[in-house]
Amino acid sequence: MKKIFSKHYWADKDVEQLVGQMLITGVITASLVVFIGGIVYLTQHGQGEVPDYRVFKGEGAGYTTFSGIFKGVLKLSTTEIIQLGVLVLIATPILRVACSLFAFILERDRLYIFITLIVLCVILFSIFGGIKG
Amino acid sequence: MTILTFTLILLAGAYLAGLLGSLTGLGGGVVVIPLLTLVFHVDIRYAIGAALLASIATSSGAASAYVKEGITNIRLGMFLEIATTIGAVMGALIAVYTPTNTIAMLFGGILIFSAAMTLRKKNEVALTQGSRLSELLKLNSDYPVNGKKIEYKLRNVAGGFSLMTVAGVVSGLLGIGSGALKVLAMDTTMKIPFKVSTTTSNFMIGVTAAASAVVYLQRGYMDPGIAFPVILGVLGGAFTGSKLLTRMNPKVLRIIFCIAITFVAIEMIYNGYQHKF
Repeated sequence: MKKIFSKHYWADKDVEQLVGQMLITGVITASLVVFIGGIVYLTQHGQGEVPDYRVFKGEGAGYTTFSGIFKGVLKLSTTEIIQLGVLVLIATPILRVACSLFAFILERDRLYIFITLIVLCVILFSIFGGIKG
Repeated sequence: MTILTFTLILLAGAYLAGLLGSLTGLGGGVVVIPLLTLVFHVDIRYAIGAALLASIATSSGAASAYVKEGITNIRLGMFLEIATTIGAVMGALIAVYTPTNTIAMLFGGILIFSAAMTLRKKNEVALTQGSRLSELLKLNSDYPVNGKKIEYKLRNVAGGFSLMTVAGVVSGLLGIGSGALKVLAMDTTMKIPFKVSTTTSNFMIGVTAAASAVVYLQRGYMDPGIAFPVILGVLGGAFTGSKLLTRMNPKVLRIIFCIAITFVAIEMIYNGYQHKF
């Protein structure tokens, strides 16, 4: 275990492998969730009429908030399962930044720990800053 | 039209959009917006939400390969992501006050610019003399070419950083990756070899798009019925495109597609001018 936390164990190459792996895992997970939700959505609602997308109404809280999406998923509602996949997809690059932060901490690269923290703060601000208008 | 028919047609369209985006190098999201608005008559706000998701999916998928090959400059990407994410949040804020017709016209303009950028002469020269700031920020690096490591240095970091902020604003406002602007900032301003600049730009697109996507998700721009076929279709198309690219050099195809895209862009501008959005 000690080895994992040593500086030399994590050369730049390993970080690259880790970041690459995490990106592809995120995308595959998201597509699988969207796919499963989508297939069941089609079997349940496939024969229904397409909603009028020409008019923008905006989605309700069920699709736009974490709690709304998770409540729907627990009820096995298909559209919320698709939205869960959407969440996983959006989270993938954000997790990638967090993953880089971890790597820079292990490399003791102060400058880049700072730079990565700024990027994370900007993203956190856009999630929780109440700027949806 | 039933939901099943709509989903299947959109899935096929999104597949073509992903293929086109991959072969031209424009990216997965860009073609989704005209597809949804001009062909399916979907409100441009839903189209922007779907395009952002397509951008995140294709850029993350492609980035994973480039990062593993060691071409992507992760430090440079991280540093410039400060500019692009701040820009993206500003863009998402400005979007609320921008009429949809203006957004459509802006989109058309950026689309023409992006198409022109893919046909430009590419910078393959690696600088041996970098600026002081590039040294200080540890941005100089190397990348593999035929098994050999080529070192490169960069300059005009401040200029590149400012241009990246603009790229971020455009990305947040229009819901696209704005890869062309990012490449312009790195290629032309900072003098980075194009292989590094295109892969690093692609690496940054995911985070930039995510920064505005979280705002748009909360604003209700992302509809599951549209997101489902768009994400899967574009990813499939981009995957096919990347396989095709290793086997052929799509130079002629690229020119044809870019001309076609220009016509699409003109239609977006015209429709925006006629207040059809």
